[in-house]
This record gives sequence, C-alpha cells and structure tokens, in this order.
Amino acid sequence: MRYNERELLSLARQPAEKAAEIRMSVPKKGSVLKKRLVKLVVNFLFYFRTDEAEPIGALLLEHCRITKEEENVFSISFIEEPERKYCFECASEQQCQEWVEALKRASYEFLRRSLIFYRNEIQKMTGKDPLEQYGISEEARFQLGTHQQ
Amino acid sequence: MKLNERSLAFYATCDSPADNSGFLYKRGERHTAYHRRWFVLKGNMLFYFEERESREPVGVIVLEGCNVELCDSAEGFAFAIRFGGNKSRTYVLAAESQVAMESWVKSLSRASFDYMRLVVRELEKQLEEMRWGSAGGRGGSREPPGSWKPKQCPERLLALPAILPKENGCAVWNNALGVGQPPDTSGCGGNDDEGTPRPPPLPPRRRVFNSEATVESPSTFCQLHERYSREVARLRQDWLEKQRGPRP
Repeated sequence: MRYNERELLSLARQPAEKAAEIRMSVPKKGSVLKKRLVKLVVNFLFYFRTDEAEPIGALLLEHCRITKEEENVFSISFIEEPERKYCFECASEQQCQEWVEALKRASYEFLRRSLIFYRNEIQKMTGKDPLEQYGISEEARFQLGTHQQ
Repeated sequence: MKLNERSLAFYATCDSPADNSGFLYKRGERHTAYHRRWFVLKGNMLFYFEERESREPVGVIVLEGCNVELCDSAEGFAFAIRFGGNKSRTYVLAAESQVAMESWVKSLSRASFDYMRLVVRELEKQLEEMRWGSAGGRGGSREPPGSWKPKQCPERLLALPAILPKENGCAVWNNALGVGQPPDTSGCGGNDDEGTPRPPPLPPRRRVFNSEATVESPSTFCQLHERYSREVARLRQDWLEKQRGPRP
C-alpha cells in the first residue's frame, strides 16, 4: 500500500504525547524483546532503534486492543488478528499502567466518541448545540448516532 | 519504515462509517494524467482504491499538518492537499461536481487528529465550567443550567482553525494549527492544557474527588463520568441521611 512516507517521517519527529525507552517485540516467529524508543504522536505509535533518527516502524492505533499482560507488560493487537501481539515490557508497573491508559485514548475513534459525548451532555444541559458557534454542527463526523460501534 | 498495512487495509474496508467517500480524479506524481479512484476518508486517513469494490486500497494519505486549497479551475473542480516542507508532495484531486468538491474540501480540512483534539478539549472545558462553575475572574459567574451565554473568552475561539466563507473562490482551509500551535508536550507529563490559558483553580469541593495529582481538568470522559457517579452517590447518601433525621 502506498503512503506519504515523507509526511509520516515528519510526524515521527514531532513532539510526542508520550515517549520512552521500552523493550518491545513484534508478532513474528522467533521475535525477542529489544530496547526501542517508543513514541506516541496523534494516533500513531512509532518505534525507533535507540540511536537512530528514523523509525523502524509505525503502528496506526485504530481498531486495536490494548491489553495489560503480566507484570510490567502490555500488548497491542488489532481486532482482525487478535493473536498477533506487539509486546511491551516497561521498567515499572506504573509506567505500564500509564502507557495502557494513554494508548487506549490514542485513537481518532476514541476522540470522536468523546466529542459526541461532550456535545450531547452540553446540549442536554443548555438546550443548545455547542458546535454551532464554530459552524461545524452539520459535519458528518460529529453526528450523534452515526458512529456508534 | 514498516507500517501495519494489514490493519490499515482492514480499517479502510471494514464497515465502520466513513467521514466521506466518492470518486475523485487523482493526478499522478510525475505524469499529469488523472486517474479515477474511489476515495474513503476515515478519521485522519484518506484511502484510495482502484475500484469501489476493490478489496484493498492502492494507497493512503495521512492527513496531519496539511493545507487544503482550491486550484485554478483549468481542470474543473480541482483542489490540492499540500504539506509543509519543500520536498513534500502536493496531491491534486478533482471532483465531479461543485457540490462534491466543496464537500471534500470541507471534510478534508477538518480531518486531522489535531483538529479533533482541539474541539474535544474545548467542549471538555465548557462542560467542566458549566458543571462545576469557575472560581476567579476569567470564566464569568456560575450560571444555572439551562442558560447559555456565548463564550466569554475570545482568545479561545481564535485558537480554533478559522472557518472561511464560501464566497472566497481562493479560500484556503488550514488543516494545521498554525498560529495556535501548542507548545512541545513531549515526555510522560500527560495531557496539559496547550496554548490556551489554564483555567482558574477549581473550588475546594472538587479536589476531594480528584484523585489525580494536578487540579487540571481530567483528560477523558470516562474520568468525568466516574466523577459524576461518585458525586451523585454521595449526594444521594447525604439526602438519605437527612431524611432519616438526626440519630439519637
């Protein structure tokens, strides 16, 4: 699949919501945990060899499942292939929890659900649509009920 | 750079609703010939397929940090997705009608994750202020539910991308944050307020429920929901005790 790699590389260099050196393994036969620089930017998780400027890879965090595994460990898998897991071994249980929380909130779809929720709450309390003042109330992406899972 | 292509392809083709879809003509990179492709916009990802029934997209354009502009209509209904950086490619697309072109330009210019996050944070703050009131000068007085005043903080409105009128034939819809760009938030500091001034300290009552170290707004509606439910439970308990009357 073609993609705009230059822009994605540029995104990987931007300020991250979260970044840390974490040991990581990919869902490939014989794959072992390796120390990587892991960086969360918008809904992408980039991972780098610790001394390199360009990421080895990127994961788009949509339709994925973040699972707390054993102590200090969490995994990312995608709903169409739940057995293929990217595993992450953190330095501490606290770091592990923080990453699980952050990654669960990292998808565009999660943001969208939050927006619909807030919009609905404000509308219930005030009788007015808070998106009207920004001129975006009719945008398809913000409609109540159209994006329920 | 590796990408989780299989998952991307699944995301593109699964039955989750698209934010826009339709045929567009895409101009080739080196050759100026246009190819008709089926485009599907989901979130900040613009997928394109050879045919509408194709099982897998030919490609995807990640829509972060781009501008969407109208082109001179030599091609007719043409618009461009332009990225910053001198070596960046510009994607030139053409719709099949004026209505389709306007629909695509609008939806593409608001497609970025950054934009969505801005709007969510703005609504989150509004809800916080309405529910808990705002102490101190900035937010205005506590308002009863049901009344609605326009936002009294002009600097917040300016932080959102400007929506330009349709009459301007050369309108540029800016998908990037531009002037309102938040400062660097790298590291594990969590979600801080970015760009907009921090809200005034919340009334002491709220701190009892706030299990986080900071008194800033919670970053998720799950936490908000959780807080409401605890508050409701506590109020209910208080009310029940009052009903029972003082104990001997």
